[in-house]
This record gives sequence, structure tokens and C-alpha cells, in this order.
Amino acid sequence: MPDGLFIFFAALTLGAASLLVLSRNAVTSAMGMILTLVGVAADFFLLDAYFLGVLQVLVYAGAVMVLFLFIIMLLSDSGESSRAYPWKQAMLGLAVFFFLAAGVFWLFLWSGALSHNIAGATPPELSANPSEFTTSAKSFGRLLYTKYLLPLQISGFLLLVALVGVVSLSKEPKNEVP
Amino acid sequence: MEHTTLTHHLLLAGLLFVIGLTGVLIRRNLLVVYMCLELMLTAATLALVAFSRFNQTMDGAVFVFFIITVAAAEVAVGLALIVALFRQQKTVQSNELSTLCD
Repeated sequence: MPDGLFIFFAALTLGAASLLVLSRNAVTSAMGMILTLVGVAADFFLLDAYFLGVLQVLVYAGAVMVLFLFIIMLLSDSGESSRAYPWKQAMLGLAVFFFLAAGVFWLFLWSGALSHNIAGATPPELSANPSEFTTSAKSFGRLLYTKYLLPLQISGFLLLVALVGVVSLSKEPKNEVP
Repeated sequence: MEHTTLTHHLLLAGLLFVIGLTGVLIRRNLLVVYMCLELMLTAATLALVAFSRFNQTMDGAVFVFFIITVAAAEVAVGLALIVALFRQQKTVQSNELSTLCD
């Protein structure tokens, strides 16, 4: 049995994710997404990845979701809630959901893909070795500037490319294509 | 004190992924579909962090760092595309975007 905090945050995460999928109002969906991301960040904390948890809240629940909400309100296209509920589609989606969820449970609990001593293990003790899993942001920095220096530079360049791309995409087109 | 095992974290990640996939399949609002895609990405990062923690290495966690970076850039570009699409088609419902069909 997992401890109570994990159960609480897992329930919060899954409930908010269901809200995201099932709500017909896009703003409610965005709120569900924010709650889901906060729940995932809490799970990062439970996994001792404190830096990633903070990053998740700052970048995802902060910046990205603000962008989403801004666009949702900008394009407020309230057409979906006025339309008839797509029952056939929802039933099909539900069937897919139960099929895949059963697959997830089978894979992790009964298939034996995870051998018993791995699956049942509790997290190993944290050690002071810098290349091993530590909780501090310093070990992130050490790895980012040594082993992962090239990916770091590439991701910086990627951000620059994305910036230029977004600016050129959002410019008002000169001649509208009919 | 009872402990959570790797299986619990993987179950949570798998279920989140499945919920996101279901959302991509049943929703028609492009913005919500896009949020569900992000949810699937987050579920994958959760599994990575869990494996990284239980494997006692930092590499999975650093990989999640890069995934968050790429996801932020991707959201910005994707939302700009959706806004450009809305400007031209006046809708974000995917079943009304059928220009290539007719």
C-alpha cells in the first residue's frame, strides 16, 4: 500500500485530468489541467525531485497555462457547449479508455514485465555521490554543463527558433487567402 | 510507514497517459486536444522521473528538464498556429476544419 500523501495526490491528479477531458467548457478544462500539473509536481516532490517539481509549477502551471488561458479567452468560441452532446463519440472514447486502462493495469501488475524485486522496491537511499540521484539543483547544473552541454546549447537554440517562429506566425498576413 | 513502490508511480503515469489519449480522441476543440497532448507528455515525464529515482541516476531527471524546455517552446508555436488557423477559418472545432475534404 502506498502512503496517504501519494494516494491523495494521485486521486487529485486523476480527478483533475478527468475534469480536463470531460468538461465542455474550455476554461474549466484549463483549470483541470492546472490542477493536474500541480498534482504531478507534488508527485515529483514525493519522488525527491524537488527541483523538477518547482520547475513544473513555474513553467507548466505558471507560464504555459497562462498562455493557454489567454488564447482560450482570445478565441472564445463557445460553440461546443451549445451543440448536442456527441454520445456516440463519447461512448467510443470511453471504450478506448477502459481498454487501454486495463492494458496499463495488466502491464504493471500482472504481466510480469517488471520483475518482483524491482516493482516492489522502495526508493533506494539518497547518496552523496554527485552522479547519482540527488535532490539539489546543483547536481542538475553539474550534469547540464558537463555531460549534457551540447543538448543544453541545442535547447537554447530551439527556444530562439521557437521565438522567431512565433513572431513570424503571429504577424498579420499581408494578403488574406480567400 | 508504508512506501510507494515503482508500480504505483508507473500506474499513475500510465493512467494519466490513457486519460490524455482519450481526450485527444473524443474532444473536438483544438485547444483542449492540445492540452490533452500536453497531459500525455507530462505523464511520460512522470514515468521518467520515477525510473530515474528508483535507478539512482540523475540522467532521467535531466532528460525531464529538456522535455519541459521543448514542451514550452512547442506550446508557444502550436498556439500561434492555432491562432493563425482561427484567423483564417474562424473556428477551432476540428470537425469543422474540413477544407481539404471538400
